[in-house]
Amino acid sequence: MSPPHGGDDDTRKRAAQPIRAYGDRMGDGAVQLSFTLPVAASARAKEAARRYAEGLGLKHVLVTAMEAAGREFSFFVVYGKSDIVIDYGVIEVPEVKSAERTPKEINDVIKKQLGRRVVVVGACTGSDAHTVGIDAILNMKGFAGDYGLERYPWFEAYNLGSQVPNDVLLQKAIDQRDDAILVSQVVTQRDVHRENSRHFIDEAKRRGVHGKQLLLLGGPRVDHKLALELGFDAGFGPGTKPSDVANFIVHRLLQRRGAPP
Amino acid sequence: MEALPIDPAVVAECRALAARVADGVGRFIQAHSTVSIERTVLRAYGAHGADPDGVPLVNTCVARLQAAGQLGLGAAHALGRELLRGAATIQEAAEALAYGAPPEPPGPGDNLETIRRALAPYTAEALAVIDRSREHREADRERLGTGPTPLKYVIVATGNIYDDADQARAAAQAGADIIAVIRSTAQSLIDYVPIGATTEGYGGTWATQENFRIVRAALDDEQERLGRYLQQVNYSSGLCMPEIAYLAAVERLDMLLNDAMYGILFRDINPRRTLCDQYFSRRVIARAGIVINTGEDNYLTTADAVEAAHTVVASQFINEAFAHAAGLPDELMGLGHAFEIDKGLEDSFLLEIAQAQLVRQLFPKHPIKWMPATKHKTGDIFLAHRVDGLYDLVGVATGQSIELLGMMTEAIHNPYLHDRFVAIKGADYVFRAARHLGDELRWNPDGLVVRRAREVLASAHALLRETVEEGLWSAIARGVFADVKRPETGGRGLEGVFARAPEYLNPVLEALEETP
Ligand code: B12
Repeated sequence: MSPPHGGDDDTRKRAAQPIRAYGDRMGDGAVQLSFTLPVAASARAKEAARRYAEGLGLKHVLVTAMEAAGREFSFFVVYGKSDIVIDYGVIEVPEVKSAERTPKEINDVIKKQLGRRVVVVGACTGSDAHTVGIDAILNMKGFAGDYGLERYPWFEAYNLGSQVPNDVLLQKAIDQRDDAILVSQVVTQRDVHRENSRHFIDEAKRRGVHGKQLLLLGGPRVDHKLALELGFDAGFGPGTKPSDVANFIVHRLLQRRGAPP
Repeated sequence: MEALPIDPAVVAECRALAARVADGVGRFIQAHSTVSIERTVLRAYGAHGADPDGVPLVNTCVARLQAAGQLGLGAAHALGRELLRGAATIQEAAEALAYGAPPEPPGPGDNLETIRRALAPYTAEALAVIDRSREHREADRERLGTGPTPLKYVIVATGNIYDDADQARAAAQAGADIIAVIRSTAQSLIDYVPIGATTEGYGGTWATQENFRIVRAALDDEQERLGRYLQQVNYSSGLCMPEIAYLAAVERLDMLLNDAMYGILFRDINPRRTLCDQYFSRRVIARAGIVINTGEDNYLTTADAVEAAHTVVASQFINEAFAHAAGLPDELMGLGHAFEIDKGLEDSFLLEIAQAQLVRQLFPKHPIKWMPATKHKTGDIFLAHRVDGLYDLVGVATGQSIELLGMMTEAIHNPYLHDRFVAIKGADYVFRAARHLGDELRWNPDGLVVRRAREVLASAHALLRETVEEGLWSAIARGVFADVKRPETGGRGLEGVFARAPEYLNPVLEALEETP
């Protein structure tokens, strides 16, 4: 069996490793940024941009471009240097952990160790109409040459599509006694994805699903850390392949049965 | 640009096939109406306002008629009867239908002709309102003039209409010609048009009559300062497609996203509902002189742009046929297509040119709408900005009419003020630098571009032939367009479709159908 993936072994204590942004010379702290101020372009506006960048903590600020982005708006490109130092050594990021099996190995292990098909249901929820992400995980075609869960003989995958209310998704999952529920959230303006995900978790708790069925969240602005904070079992961001998801689900189901994951 | 050597006979056949596709569902459309069409009729007659819960009067009217089993006659029938029974105004008649005693079925004296006569002055006024708005718009456009093509089209979508208005102005000052306010998520699925100014949308801003006015007022003011006519766009799509078309017509909008199939494929709206609604809305749009924007570019977000290029062309022919059937001239058809090929492919740029030029040639009089890369953009804004440069180059070289400018932050958020500024500045540069590039280039007759254009046209032709054979309902159900499958009786809004009774009355539609 292949070793668990997920980057560094987080039980090891790492040595301190101070780092800074790097442009021309190591340790120079060089950064670039751009922004708009709601004032007409002028010498005063440019000075305001410089002070604003200083306020952000930059030194040696260079306002390299000031453009009139409208009568009452000016757009700036700014370079500067920052003294900020980050200790890379102490950084820990939760990562989805599971054995890395090929689709064939996943099917074999389900057949041998679970002896029944794994049932999952997914949807893009709320008023969000983006289906490409959840389709990439669930549908035959899959993503980047990696087949979707529908194609796994030992998975039974249901894709409810988009704009699905949270309670409709949950009801379906309860009726089918699903092993996992997959929630996709793509629109993130004013944090609507968080709001909707929180509502999903509240509903899942109310209906006693939370802690029983695996709850997975995915989308372009989702990561494992955010998903855990919101109360999901795992989070998946851009570039996720269906086999990553299959691996996670099977890993957890085996873990629950006390079988070696 | 030099014309691509494609067979005009194949093109003519595509048109004829598409007309048959549209014809195949034409009888269904003519025999049915929908709740949203009837609400539009009431609006056109002047019924307005809402109850204290915000439910529009026209919704309550239509819901009540439907519950009473009388909607098959048309809302105009009931409204006319109320007038005959003594209602002094349209508003009074509509309020009686909505809030009065349960609607009574027609009596012996209620023959079609008397009802039609009672409505006649209001029918004339309904059309006159649309005509006056059109004249107003055309006079402004004539007086101020528009910029050179490709016209620069940008989107604002803050969720707050007042921010939208400020950002629209800033975009115009930076050089944009056309401003689209895109709608909040969920709006396409709600079966009423909200009322008033709104500040709380997600992914866009609610389309309301008041919001239309706020943006138009900002552009009216701004265009005088700039000495250049500014165009306003919104969405006539979703469950309220006809009502929005009407509101846009009276508020002088210039363009409307309006597609015969988009709502079916991308919002799971029932196919019957959408095809009926698109017909009525396009009748209004034709009378108002609004340019439609069709949504074929979207197919390439769910299907692959190389494999599915022909579905875009086939759908453009179908959209054109539906639009013709609803009285729209070519000059009002902004057929959509896009620069959506995987940026990892070698020679993707050549394939893009082939498609852009092919569409330009197939639809010569149409103000076609060229759409930027979206799906193959990531958070790497620098690469995205370069992609947009190539896109602008194809746009100007192939003579696209309208260009929706690409945003370098496409994969991140709804455009910020400076995202638009950067895009406009970049497009201005490319358009200026390559203004006459198209005049200088000749096709290699055996080259990739010519081969590709012919191939796409041939596949579109084959697909149209198949669609004629199986019928549009079945093609949509089979997932021919955008890889999305939608059965004829699935999706949202089917309960709002009803058969017109033999005595069905809709003088507004009759008048629109008489429009030359
Ligand atoms: C394609 C697309 C569309 C298509 C969608 C077609 C469809 N059926 O899905 C169409 C054209 C219909 C569309 C419409 C709209 N869109 Co759009 N769209 C996009 C676009 C271009 C690509 C998204 C995409 O398909 N990515 C490819 C997939 C494969 O990636 P993904 O979703 O991240 O999924 C991967 C992972 O995240 C993960 N994943 C995703 N979900 C899940 C779930 C689980 C459980 C798991 C395990 C993994 C997982 O796995 C996937 C594979 O790796 C993006 C811009 C961009 N380049 O990102 C805008 C974008 C997402 N859209 C946007 C908006 C605003 C809209 C509209 C709301 C606009 C409007 N007002 O009308 C409407 C939607 C209306 C609604 N009700 O939602 C904004 C969102 C802004 C924001 N941050 O909030 C974006 C970013 C564009 C922009 N800059 O404005 N859109």
